[in-house]
This record gives sequence, C-alpha cells and structure tokens, in this order.
Amino acid sequence: MLSFVAQRVVKGVIVLLAIVVLNFFLIRLAPGDPAVVMAGEAGASDQVFVQQLREKFGLDKPLPEQLFIYVKGIATLDLGFSFRQQAPVSKLIMERLPATLLLTLTAFAISLVLGVLFGTFAARFAGTLLDTAITIFALIFYAMPIFWVALMGILLFSVTVDWLPSFGYETVGANFTGFAHVIDVAKHLIMPAMTLGLFFMATYTRMTRASMLEVKRLDFVKTARAKGLSDGVIQRRHVLRNALLPVVTLAGVHAGTLIGGAVITETVFAWPGIGRLMYDALLQRDYNLLLGVFVTCSIMVLIFNLITDLVYRLVDPRIEFAA
Amino acid sequence: MGGVINAVIQPEPPGLMLAMIQNGPTQMVSGNIFEGLLRYSPKLEPQPELAESWSVSEDAKTYTFKLRKGVTWHDGKPFTAADVLFSIEMLKQTHARARANLVQVDKVEAPDDYTVVFTLKQPFGPFLGIFEVGSMPMVPKHLYEGTDWKTNPYNNAPVGTGPFMFKEWQKGSFIRLVKNPNYYEKGKPYIDEIYWQIIPDAAARSVAYETGKVDVLPGGSVENFDVPRLSKLKDTCVTGAGWEFFSPLAWLWLNNRQGPLADKRVRQAIMYAIDRDFAKDVIWNGLGKVATGPSASTIKYYTDDVPKYAYNPAKAKALLKETGYKGEKIRILPLAYGETWQRWGEAVKQNLMDVGMNIETISTDVAGGNQKIGDWDYDIAFTYLYQYGDPALGVGRNYVSSAIAKGQVFNNVEGYSNPEIDKLFADGAVATPDSKRKEIYDKAQKILVEDVPVAWMLELQFPTIMRCKVKNLITTGIGVNDGFKDAWLDK
Repeated sequence: MLSFVAQRVVKGVIVLLAIVVLNFFLIRLAPGDPAVVMAGEAGASDQVFVQQLREKFGLDKPLPEQLFIYVKGIATLDLGFSFRQQAPVSKLIMERLPATLLLTLTAFAISLVLGVLFGTFAARFAGTLLDTAITIFALIFYAMPIFWVALMGILLFSVTVDWLPSFGYETVGANFTGFAHVIDVAKHLIMPAMTLGLFFMATYTRMTRASMLEVKRLDFVKTARAKGLSDGVIQRRHVLRNALLPVVTLAGVHAGTLIGGAVITETVFAWPGIGRLMYDALLQRDYNLLLGVFVTCSIMVLIFNLITDLVYRLVDPRIEFAA
Repeated sequence: MGGVINAVIQPEPPGLMLAMIQNGPTQMVSGNIFEGLLRYSPKLEPQPELAESWSVSEDAKTYTFKLRKGVTWHDGKPFTAADVLFSIEMLKQTHARARANLVQVDKVEAPDDYTVVFTLKQPFGPFLGIFEVGSMPMVPKHLYEGTDWKTNPYNNAPVGTGPFMFKEWQKGSFIRLVKNPNYYEKGKPYIDEIYWQIIPDAAARSVAYETGKVDVLPGGSVENFDVPRLSKLKDTCVTGAGWEFFSPLAWLWLNNRQGPLADKRVRQAIMYAIDRDFAKDVIWNGLGKVATGPSASTIKYYTDDVPKYAYNPAKAKALLKETGYKGEKIRILPLAYGETWQRWGEAVKQNLMDVGMNIETISTDVAGGNQKIGDWDYDIAFTYLYQYGDPALGVGRNYVSSAIAKGQVFNNVEGYSNPEIDKLFADGAVATPDSKRKEIYDKAQKILVEDVPVAWMLELQFPTIMRCKVKNLITTGIGVNDGFKDAWLDK
C-alpha cells in the first residue's frame, strides 16, 4: 500500500506541474491587463503609473521568465504576491480556507447523508408513493439553479419570517464568544450549507437509488434471501455496500471541488470563502492569486482522488492496490 | 450621542492606504481615517480641515496654508508641516492624479512647523481645489520615511489623523473603524464605531438593508431598480447629495479615428438618435440629469449656452443619409458594472438601430472592456468619469490632443484632436482672473458640443439610502467619501 501511495504522489506532482503551466498561459490568454485594471480603479492613470505597476509585479518581464519565477516559487511553497491586495497569496488563501471548508464540508455531509438515506428508502420502496415523492423532491433541487434556491431561501427565511440571517459568517459587531459564537455561526451557516447541500443531495439520492435497484437484481442477493437472512441485513450488508461504489466515486469527484466549487453560494450569501476570492481575482486579472487558488484546488483534487481510491478498498476489499 | 453605523462597502477595497490606492471603495472607507488639508462645501468652496486658514498672494502664485495646531496621528505623534512636505513627495510617485495636479507647483516649503507655502510656476486657477482627502491625503512621515512603501506594514493598519481609527478587517466580511478619542474637533466624532460590511451580491445588499442589518447604502451600492422600492421602506431617507465634487458624468466614447464615426455628422446623429430622457426616467429611475456637454452642471464654469441635441430620430436619419452611411457595422461596448448599465446598453442599441445603424453589442467584463478601450479597439463604448469640480482637473484630460496615449482608459480615448481646443484648455488652466477663465471655458464647451467628440449622456446621481435616524451623514460636496465625522444617530 505504501508504494501505491508513493507512486500516486509522484504522478500527482507531475500532474500538478502540468496544471500550473497550462493555467499560467490560459489566464494570460484572456484579454485584460492587471496593470490597466488597477490604473482604471485609481480613477486616473498615465504612462508612468501603468509602467510602475507592470514593473512592480514583474509583468514587464518576458513570459517564460515569469513562468520560471512562478514555478520556482511553487517549489518552495511560495504562491507569490497578490498584485491587487498587496499581500502574499498563501496568506490570502489561508484566511479564507476555514470559512470555505466549514461551508463545503457541512454541505458535503448533508448531501451525502441525506442523499444515501433518501436513495436507500427510494430503492427499498421502489414504485411506491414514497419513492415518487423522494424522486420528485430530488429532481426539484437538482433542476433549480443554486442562485435561485439561494435567493428564494433568503426571501422566505430572512425577509418573510426573519428566522435566519441573509448574509455573512457571523453577526458583525456582536462579538459573541464561546457557545454563543458557535450558535451564531451555525445560524449563518444553515442557508448556504443547505442550498449547496441540497443540490448535491439530489445527485446522491438518484445515484444510490439506481445503483441499489441494480444490485438488488443480482444473484448473490437471491442467495442471501434463500439463506434466510432478514431483509434489513440484506439491504445494509449486501445491497447498500455494493451499491455505494459509484456513490463513493461521485463523492470523490465532488470532494475535490470543495474548495473552489462554491462561488455562487458564497457570493449570494456573502460567505467569506475561497470561491469569492477566486471570482474577484478573476475579475481583477490578479494572476498570482488566481493561479494560487487553482493550485490549491488542484492539490485538493489530487488528494481526494487518492482518498477515494483508499476508500474503495475499504468498501470493496476485492479491489487491489494496483498502481 | 454614540452608537454604531453599519454601512455597505462595494466592492471590497483592495487596501486602505489612500496615498497608494485611489479606487472608490478605498476612499469611502479611508476618508474616515485620513484627512486632507481642505474639504469642500456642496458648492465646492474650500473649508478648513488640517489647514485652518490659507491665503493667496497678489500674483496668484504663492499659496500659504496655516496648519491646525494640536493635531495628532492615531499613534499619538504630532502632525506638522514636515508631514505635508513628505506626503507631497510620496504622492508625486504613487498617485497619478496628485502628480498631474501638482504639475504647476515649483516648490513647497515649510518656514515653520505649522506653515506650508506652495510656490507655483504660473497662476493655476483650480489650485485650491486639489486638497481634498482623496486627491491629497496626508501620510505620517514618521511611519513611512525610509521604508519600502509597497510593503510597509502600516498599509494594512493605516494610521491617519481622521475622526475614526482603523481597528479590524475580516477579509470578505467587514472593516471596522472606531472613534478617535483624541480627535482635534472636540466632541467629534459622535459615532463610536463604523462597520463597513462586504456583501458582494446586489440583491443581498438590498435584503441586508430591508432586514435592518445595515443602516447606510452609499450611492451605487444597490441596483437602480431597487432604489424606489427601498426608498419607500419605513424610516428610510434618500439623498442624492454628496457627489458635487466628483460630479460623475456618463458618456459614450466615440472612436473618432476610423469608420463612420470619424464623420462629425454621424456623431451628431448619434446625439439626436438617443433618447436620453428615457434613459434617465426609466433606466435610472428619474435620477440624474440629461447632460448638455463636456462639463457637468455642478462644476465650475459650466454653461448651457451650447448647441442642443434633443431626441430627434428623424433628424438623426437625415444626417446619416447625408453622410452616405451604408449600414457598416458599428460595435458598442456596454459597461460591465451590473444590471443598470447592461439595460442602458440595450436601450442605446435599440435607439441607434431605430435610425438605421447596424449595431453589434460586444460583451466583456470590466478588465476586458478596459483593455479594448485602452487599445482603441471599439467604436462606441460606455463610460463615466469624475470631474473633480474644475474643468482643468477633470474635463480637459478627455479632449486635449496631448492626452492621446494608448493603454489608458481615462484620457483622450476617442482620439479627438483640435488645436483650438488644446489652446483653450491650456490657457484656461492658468488664466486669471476668474472671469477670464469663464470666457475661455464657455468657448471650449461650445466648440466641443458642436464637434461631438464623445456623446454625453447623463449627469449621474448615486442616491445614498439610509435610516432616517442617521443625521448629518453628508455635509460636504464629497459626501460619504469624506468620512462620517459630522454624523450622529437620533435615538
């Protein structure tokens, strides 16, 4: 297993390098010059000003040299300096990481637990009213755009009944501590986490349901019944466990996008996370910051792919650690 | 007295060091932390701030400022003339607008700790108009001298002389300022704390106000179509005041260099073809004023004694026919500043198509749009610019031929070149007395309106929406950008 992990890490580093080089050029293909954007924001500009900005950020150097400097930095875990925010990229990302992880991990947990639960029920009672109800429920959240669900949630829970705050991570100025702070953050978390979670929940529900129905038809389930095992044991130990493999695959893919995947939710709910940082960086052509977020996301994807492979093995011991 | 004001700041500023970052949100927050030598009334008359008095020599070339005594920086060190001299040297390097404003200054001296004397190369009419906090913020010499300004730690925890002190910045959430207990105007500020809340989505900002989470929506922080609805909420007051100094004027850049728009008559046809009253009444919800020419009516030497272009599609069609326009494609670049601007782009496109022009909309984000404009790769492009109270500061830069330079978005982007206009603006900046300046600018405005180098649209008004209990929020021509030192909360 150790050699398996080692091989995957080496491959991962190569993939990462390819991603960095590709992104480095892709970003620069987009029209828009960060120096002009910043000069534009300043409300006045002259040649001296724009040139100063270019020199300050090394944008006047030839592209290959810029790339070399960047890759050299990455090798020493230095993600560079943000042009616009005048701060090290790694600091900006670390500031936002906790909020993003709190939001996306909560949403991920909600979606996975509810999705598998609903999917199992739907499969267990396939063809009944319950199955239809769950399927419709899942379809609705799968079909509705996230920003729409978010805005409707705000209208209902913040404006109409005023149960939940409409924006932010905590009540600004309240200075809660201890348990009161936890409750405050939780209140702010409910809507964004549910909005994001319900969308993914829908995919897990449908995946679990379909996969369980397929497994149920297989011969070994018949054998289990013939042995006289109870229905509960068959569903849990034989059907669900086998049906979970595709769900794990999907969850692995989703987990990799946890860091940068909540741009819309974070924007609508003013959640101070990385998705928003990335969005702002894109609009500002803040190359280093944007690349830094991409690199962080890529590393997450690679790590979660590795974890997914390891979880496979736990769920299904037949899978060998073949590299 | 006392209390907390929650206001919206949009977008999140990149930093708060006003001497190095001059964008709108930075000034809105930092206008509380830093101060200039002067402030300006809604009529743009200079008022004391860090300078308590000033005098001008007979030949209009020497300006003497007496500084207020007993002013301290937030860290307790005294503010003196040495800080003024240092700030000017720093701003010349870091602040493009200050550099341009100071071009007529020959030397600056400090005969004593509380006197600063500016000697000009020649009389410069708008000189007393360049000392507002955003144009010339004072920087603490003792914290910046001899350091690398870009990486100075005080950029992230700015130290000024203003009524509020920087306390905390949770990136992506809020910026917190607290009362300066040692402020030189005794008793001020009245407010204890200001929270600038960062809410990136326009609809969410409206909801934050509706649900009582914020008290102040500074101009431009919600979409225009939300303004009438929010204005009708209980205990809500709305004002358009506080933009007199900036006087944002919206126009269409017309690329004078190439294609049909190189013909003056086509540009005039565009002026006749666009229903600007419709834009004002429907798209801007009745806010603002139809522009008559290159100067907004709120700045100095404005005249409406110029050719008029009332909405007249028939005349536009006739002019186009006269030029032999054959339906060549004309690209229009809307401003990517949200829904209002998007709609305005569509309305203008419709107007121009109605008179037979073949219009194609180019969609891009702000950065992409800036690049196209800076590279002169456009036919028609939306913009709005500040005018800073005087034609020599904020008008001439868009029309004189010396301001034609690729790669920038606030100069003479349209490529208009007229030696007579060049001379008028050159003379206007240095002419004395005032009546002479007025004569010159009257003439310049007439010529420009006849030539239509750009298509002037509206004098924009950015309404500030707030709870009525917030009093005296806006007391100067710079409005919320000038700090909340006079504001108080009615209990």
